[in-house]
Amino acid sequence: MKKYIIQSIRLTLVLIVLLCILYPLSIALAGKFSKGNGDGEKITKNGKVVGYALLGQSFTSPEYFWGRPSAVGYNAAGSAGSNKGPSNEDYLKSVSDRIDTLLKYNPTIKKADIPADMVTASGSGLDPNISEQGAIIQIKRIAAIRKIDERKITELVVKHTDGPFLGLFGPSSINVLKLNIALDELK
Amino acid sequence: MNTELLGIIATFLITLAIAVPLGKYLAKVFAGEKVWTDFLKPLENGIYKLSGINTKEQMNWKQHLKALLTINLLWLVYGFFVLIFQDKLPFNPDGNPGMTPDLAFNTIISFVANCNLQHYSGESGVSYLTQQFVLMFLQFVSAATGIAAAVVLFKAFRDKTTTALGNFWEFFVRSITRLLLPLSIVVALILTFNGTPASYEGKDQFISMQGDTVNVSRGPAAQLIAIKHLGTNGGGYFGANSAHPFENPSYFTNVVELVAQVIIPMAMVIAFGYFIRRRKLGWTIFGVMTIGLFLLLIPMLSSELGGNPALAKMGIAQTTGAMEGKEVRFGPAASAYWSTVTTIISTGSVNSMHDSTMPMSGTWQLLGMMINAFYGGCGVGLLNYFIYLIIAVFISGLMVGRTPEFLGHKVEAREIKIAAIITLLSPFLILVGTAISSYIFTNYGDAAWAVQPKAWLNNPGFHGFSEMLYEMTSSNANNGSGFEGLGDNNIFWNLSTGILIFLGRFLPIIGPIAIAGLLASKKFIPESAGTLKTDTKTFALMTFAVILVLNALSYFPALALGPLAEYFTMLK
Repeated sequence: MKKYIIQSIRLTLVLIVLLCILYPLSIALAGKFSKGNGDGEKITKNGKVVGYALLGQSFTSPEYFWGRPSAVGYNAAGSAGSNKGPSNEDYLKSVSDRIDTLLKYNPTIKKADIPADMVTASGSGLDPNISEQGAIIQIKRIAAIRKIDERKITELVVKHTDGPFLGLFGPSSINVLKLNIALDELK
Repeated sequence: MNTELLGIIATFLITLAIAVPLGKYLAKVFAGEKVWTDFLKPLENGIYKLSGINTKEQMNWKQHLKALLTINLLWLVYGFFVLIFQDKLPFNPDGNPGMTPDLAFNTIISFVANCNLQHYSGESGVSYLTQQFVLMFLQFVSAATGIAAAVVLFKAFRDKTTTALGNFWEFFVRSITRLLLPLSIVVALILTFNGTPASYEGKDQFISMQGDTVNVSRGPAAQLIAIKHLGTNGGGYFGANSAHPFENPSYFTNVVELVAQVIIPMAMVIAFGYFIRRRKLGWTIFGVMTIGLFLLLIPMLSSELGGNPALAKMGIAQTTGAMEGKEVRFGPAASAYWSTVTTIISTGSVNSMHDSTMPMSGTWQLLGMMINAFYGGCGVGLLNYFIYLIIAVFISGLMVGRTPEFLGHKVEAREIKIAAIITLLSPFLILVGTAISSYIFTNYGDAAWAVQPKAWLNNPGFHGFSEMLYEMTSSNANNGSGFEGLGDNNIFWNLSTGILIFLGRFLPIIGPIAIAGLLASKKFIPESAGTLKTDTKTFALMTFAVILVLNALSYFPALALGPLAEYFTMLK
């Protein structure tokens, strides 16, 4: 028994050096050569950091494309989903309120145009994406407020739609932050 | 065919394409045959030398268990104290506090046991030191413990009659040097170069386009995320686990993480067949497990792709499926596939929030964890399946009126008793645990705990019951995922699930190894015309029936009170 205890202690120490120091440090070192240097890729606008490419942020003003509802208000230091069950009455009420809000700000659309992702909270609370349909229903509103031709904005949406991976696998999506930066540059 | 379904088919095929050769490779590694990674021998010899280990020393099954339990106990003590004192230790750039003793108790058992149930949140509950020197460390060694335990079982059935079952330390170290570490390096690099942070920078702050000040948690995440999947651990770096855009940046990384968590459990089954020179048996087991996967996956896909009927009534478009708790970049299909594999193989990482999935999906998630043997966790999945096998051998033996045999060894009363105890253990722990928690919720709602029992549940009614049932099931199965709405960081849940995880980990390791050790020491009976063959389709069906009947009998009432009841009320 005593032999096993001593072997356990020594083996643990050796493995800590290998697995907790050498392994993570070498990955961190390699990460220096990645986009964002392993710290997370930042997005700048006019030389100022306005966010991280992968992290969604809150857009509530009508002249921007909105992202998805977030259970944590896009808090990037406390990610979480709503964890609301599908039959929860309070939850269904909040979805119904979100539908009303969308209809109010986008009076030209119908209920059946609204995709589920625009009225449901994401798993992380930081979803950077919306579906293509989620952007399309907002085009008219933004065009009216910004007094820009609708077609121009539609083109922008199409340009910013990332298709399935390799054109074959998974859903299409739009990065809301990048789309809104491009929108501001549109004059 | 739509691109979302195509995506999961491709993921499954890639998994197979890697797991099969990996299985053959593992059989060779553990048999000590020549493999291309033998250039790592000097590293291993160095480890043995520094640790005072002589790998020539053969152990019997009891010695194996002694070594396994000793080192696991050591990790429990070591980790517990680091977690409590993390605020006073270095590498805590975000200034996170030390854990309370009950939370540390839960967390350390959870990570030693390969469960990775998390009652803390990664961003605010642990320091960088804890993430790397305790949590990530345990993700490596707990997976290696499971694999080494399974290899003891391999050894027991390779030779005719033997008590010498190899050296535990050798199996354990090789699991790390030949398998977990190299694969982790590959996966961690892929993640890093696709956007996952890997450096030691602390929190960042920026002003968003709308002028909000946003704090961003970062840190050495890629390293941990790699082993969290390869080792079927599942404990995430960030609170939202693999739904977090840093933890799982794109559809591509999602495929990588999905493949990473399944390849070793799959490969272990194939390795078993090759190692004991009964490939057909290996493939038969593999077949049963794969059918199990699809039987759970297909209904889960259909319920998620169908969307939430309550939202459909509101008149919105759910073209791709249910989206609450899901990320747009993965979509419902890849999320449903993830939910299935993460529950059957005990990873317990999530890329969507299970609490918000449809009631029928919840049923399949629970059932996957209750069965816990379709591929199963690293090494331990096979051990769990072995118990079902022994029960199936016993029942078949009774049916044809002969003494049951498995691979040339008589299965007698002692082995069956052990198997029966292990089989009954899970329903006992899960159901009693859920019953006690329900009792406290209803009768002691005002107890002055960190989270008052009346505030435990995030959802009313049947779904609330499911939250408690899920937590207990996940703990016992060493899965670690949760219906995360549950307010679980308080003394009741920390202690109760801690105990469940501990028993649910070590008894199902001790039981199968004891049975295998006992069988291996018995006289070998050569196969004859009267031998019950365990590698036939009939026997596969028999095992499947045993799995189904045992679990249905044990859990149907509980499932009926939770997700099934919710499903039927939603039909109205």
